[in-house]
Amino acid sequence: MSEALLEVSDLSVAYGQIEAVHHVSLRVLPGQIVTVIGPNGAGKTTLLSAIIGLLPCKGGMVRYAGEAYARVTLEKMVAAGMVLVPEKRELFAEMSVLDNLLLGAFMRRRLGFRDERQTLATVFALFPRLKERAQQRAGTLSGGERQMLAIGRALMARPRLLMLDEPSLGLAPLIVREIFRILADLAAEGVAILLVEQNARAALQLADYGYVLETGEIALSGRADELSEDARVAESYLGQAAGCPVA
Amino acid sequence: MDLQIALLLAQDGVVSGAIYALLALALVLVFAVTRVVFIPQGEFVAYGALTLASFQMGKIPGTLWLLLALAFVILLVDGPAAWRQGGRGFLLFLAQVVLYPALMAAAVLLGQPHAWPLWAQSLLALALVAPLGPQLYRLVFQPVAEASVLMLLIVAVALHLALVGLGLVFFGAEGSRTPPFSEASWEVGSLVVSGQSLWVLGASAGLIVALYLFFEKTLYGKALRATAMNRIGARLMGISTTFAGKIAFLFAAVIGGASGILIAPITTIYYDTGFLIGLKGFVGAIVGGLASYPVAAAGALLVGLLESFSSFWASAYKEVLVFTLIIPVLLWRSWQSHQVEEEE
Ligand SMILES: Nc1ncnc2c1ncn2[C@@H]1O[C@H](COP(=O)(O)OP(=O)(O)O)[C@@H](O)[C@H]1O
Ligand SMILES: [Mg+2]
Repeated sequence: MSEALLEVSDLSVAYGQIEAVHHVSLRVLPGQIVTVIGPNGAGKTTLLSAIIGLLPCKGGMVRYAGEAYARVTLEKMVAAGMVLVPEKRELFAEMSVLDNLLLGAFMRRRLGFRDERQTLATVFALFPRLKERAQQRAGTLSGGERQMLAIGRALMARPRLLMLDEPSLGLAPLIVREIFRILADLAAEGVAILLVEQNARAALQLADYGYVLETGEIALSGRADELSEDARVAESYLGQAAGCPVA
Repeated sequence: MDLQIALLLAQDGVVSGAIYALLALALVLVFAVTRVVFIPQGEFVAYGALTLASFQMGKIPGTLWLLLALAFVILLVDGPAAWRQGGRGFLLFLAQVVLYPALMAAAVLLGQPHAWPLWAQSLLALALVAPLGPQLYRLVFQPVAEASVLMLLIVAVALHLALVGLGLVFFGAEGSRTPPFSEASWEVGSLVVSGQSLWVLGASAGLIVALYLFFEKTLYGKALRATAMNRIGARLMGISTTFAGKIAFLFAAVIGGASGILIAPITTIYYDTGFLIGLKGFVGAIVGGLASYPVAAAGALLVGLLESFSSFWASAYKEVLVFTLIIPVLLWRSWQSHQVEEEE
């Protein structure tokens, strides 16, 4: 078994006195797509925020790229190639699409790389829509385009680990399919992907491995194909997803 | 009032308005990036002017001691962590807290700035005031960066009082005026335009253009705007909020110091004059809702004109009139929208 790129052990995260994530452990290998599924309010966003250092951990440990962190700092994680596409996208609305993308390479520039034009070309090849709209303000984009921009901006950092928080949220099924196809391509190139989704069916189809998060705890985990066949998952998540499609 | 007087007043108004505009821009920038309503902005103005005046009188400005003291405290506070980090970061840190202050001390104590030409003295004064911005950010605002806007405002008021007190210790209670950059004057029709007015306007315009280019064209400028627009988004790109705050405060100090040096030949500056000047920039910034740069600059220009004309009609009430302007503006703004919302 190869070395994990990300290994979270026994992680707990609290908002004040209220603990939202309890003793969660998970691993992501290089080039692997791992998904965390679970209902609204389960703690998925909280988990990702703590892994990258937006929120402090109350307990536990994050190992990333061979280093162990008891206290994660956001800047170090970004410098080490961990990138988060947040649930709310967090774009720079008053800036052009192009400037948003170039800022995605901010840390790489600081680290001395000067290859953002090449990276930009590959991002434009993945998302031709962004190229068409390069000079437009990010705030004027449609929902699907915004998600593409958020992902494109993340790719500008040439991530080793790409974490996405509900990339399918509010998007048409066609666009979701396109985005998931791009994620599969990225993984094939060796990028590790940690995908948080409520759209369990699509996520489990794409992923190699899955975790089910319920009220802050890992309720279940396993290979994605096995999880899709698990009776509990099928009943709680897939049945529901079929009855009322998230997209 | 005839046309000639009106033109004269307008000239005065535009010149002071240009300075208020610079200060308004600094206030908007600092607020947008750090959420600090930067009351001590005017102290940089006074420090800039009075540091220059000290050189002219052959005195050692207290600004130097403040710079050295702050650098020393930062060395103690951040030194151990920087040492552990090592590498280029440590060298950069040493350059900031040891090399630069040492160079400044050498220039002031050994370089005999008294004998320097005015422009060189001005640059040295600016070089002494500029680092105070990031230093004060590091020691005063960075530790409370996540506090509420109100809390940050209270800290800013405290810092303002401290800096005014230090100003009295450093420069004494007498006012100072420095010689103009240019003695030239031109007659344009019936109006006399002084070289100093042109200096103020030219330098303000130059600074504004430089700021514009920095924010629009450079990656670091864009990173600062990004922080102002979306703090979380910017942090996720690896743009450190602390770094952005230091740069914003550096600009605030440079703009303040430069404004002081520019108006010192026109107005007598006392250790506590900065507050009133900064407040007028603040009125402009409020007109712009602490958010819009062009509106803030236009508002500040308006303040300058209003002040100049009211000094003609009712000079005893000139400050009253200027600050009364803020009331309808505030009413209008709060009625129109709630743009300066408290972030959670
Ligand atoms: N800023 C916050 N302050 C306090 N509680 C929060 C905050 N954000 C989320 N929570 C709570 O933490 C739990 C997990 O939320 P979240 O991580 O957003 O779940 P998910 O992303 O799975 O929908 C929820 O009970 C939510 O109410
Ligand atoms: Mg969520």
